[in-house]
Amino acid sequence: MLSQNKHDDPDDAALRCRHCCIRIDGLTVRLAGTLILDSVDLHVHCGEVLAIVGPNGAGKTTLLRAILGEVPYRGSMSSLIGGIERRRPRIGYVPQKLQFDLDSPLSVADLVVAAVSHRPVWLGISRRRREQARKILGVFAADNLTERRIGELSGGELQRVLLAIAMTAKPELLLLDEPASGVDVQGLALFYQLVCDLKRRHDISVILVTHDIPGIAAYVDRLVLLNRRILAEGDPGEVLSDAQWRHAFGMDLWPAAALPGLTAGRPA
Amino acid sequence: MIDTWYKLVDALLPFDWAHYVFMKNALLAVFVVTPVYAVLGTMVVSNRMAFFTDVLGHSALAGIAIGVICGIHDPTWPMIGMAVILAVLVNVFKGWTRASMDTTLGVFLAFMVALGVTLLSRQGGFVKYTRYLIGDVLAVTPSEIAWLAFISLAVLAYWCLAGNALILTSVNRSLARSRRIRVFLLETSFTVLLAVVVMLSIRLVGVLIINSLLVLPAAASRNFARDTRAYTSWAVIFSMVSGVAGLVMSYYWGTASGATIVLFLVGCYVASAAAAHIVKDQRQGRAG
Repeated sequence: MLSQNKHDDPDDAALRCRHCCIRIDGLTVRLAGTLILDSVDLHVHCGEVLAIVGPNGAGKTTLLRAILGEVPYRGSMSSLIGGIERRRPRIGYVPQKLQFDLDSPLSVADLVVAAVSHRPVWLGISRRRREQARKILGVFAADNLTERRIGELSGGELQRVLLAIAMTAKPELLLLDEPASGVDVQGLALFYQLVCDLKRRHDISVILVTHDIPGIAAYVDRLVLLNRRILAEGDPGEVLSDAQWRHAFGMDLWPAAALPGLTAGRPA
Repeated sequence: MIDTWYKLVDALLPFDWAHYVFMKNALLAVFVVTPVYAVLGTMVVSNRMAFFTDVLGHSALAGIAIGVICGIHDPTWPMIGMAVILAVLVNVFKGWTRASMDTTLGVFLAFMVALGVTLLSRQGGFVKYTRYLIGDVLAVTPSEIAWLAFISLAVLAYWCLAGNALILTSVNRSLARSRRIRVFLLETSFTVLLAVVVMLSIRLVGVLIINSLLVLPAAASRNFARDTRAYTSWAVIFSMVSGVAGLVMSYYWGTASGATIVLFLVGCYVASAAAAHIVKDQRQGRAG
């Protein structure tokens, strides 16, 4: 009961963290003798969107791949959801559009059913499964895409399909890899809106990796500047108003209007 | 079992060519292996592994050579052993580096071919191994067909169990990983299965031809298929029709069966590419 009371205090981040969060401690990745990530600590609270920004080659994608367990790492990872601690959170992953083979003879229904069921899709998709796929896609306004080939989708459409698939895993942690790449401005705004709705309704943690700092500033709760190790961390406004960091990331060249979320305070 | 097949052919196919036992055997072998090539080929093409399967086919030369040196009469086992080692090695290498595998595979290809030819050409004896280069489906024996049928069933079972996981992995490895698919295990088991099928096929179709039989049906199907079922089933249709047509025509033309089958597959590819192009033009014409 005591911890519950303290949890209500928004300033007590440490205790809040003890109640519900994803923790990454001392994550170090060395690939072929090169140090890619150097003891990175990240605590993501439930219902929080954390953006990781940094120059090319800063290790952003490697960080995602380490969280997915794709590359070997040193350090620890744990999730604490509803008081239950686990070594690895349930993860939903939304890859970036540019990694897709757009000539692939693969329909949206194929992709969804292949992800959520064991019945082989090369034998064809039953009416029931097709209906199920439509329902999964419908949550993200993508049910009209079911019969399309994935190569025919726009960047925003593909992203909504991938988000729908990621959410079927009932993730505790949602990873978004460069959501801005290959997506137009309107599609991106809709996508970020959907992600913010998700975090509110399902209380999930979101880590996104991006170059698009002006685009995300309005939607994220915390910003981490990464270049092999964490250089700065905090409220987007605080981090980016630091002249040194703005200079390091070439942002001193941007007009202030390009950073609406920073100058006008954080929207609800 | 094989007698039932002979009787069936006699009853259904009253043609010149179907009269001979070697043609009956070859026809059965074609029926058994062509769907397997097509199915495996869909994943080879989707994963851009065409060069890898070519290297795999050529590693047969090294396998044969090692078999000969060790005094093993039937080189099938050393060939399979060599190819499986190669398949696992390539997968391990792929995990180490994110860079393109092209050059690494080129080195493997050079090594496998050079090792095989060097060892087999001792005392100028390479000529007697040239049959492995183009293969001879007409020389297939009922027991070899039984082996092929067994591995075909294994591929079918594997495809039922792992088909969806293979699709997700070919779409995006990290996405597959996030769905708790063990990507390394999956890719390694797929390439090992591929290695076994390729090696069992070398005697039938030869080192030079096997890769075409894997790649072309899927490539032809990909020209117009819009979903996975169409992709797979059209690849199987192209593969089986070309297999039978090539076998029968090679009888009349007196040519090597494997190469003749490949010519029919190339025909399928060109026809499907042209058809897809025309359909696309019409659609754009209507839209514009």
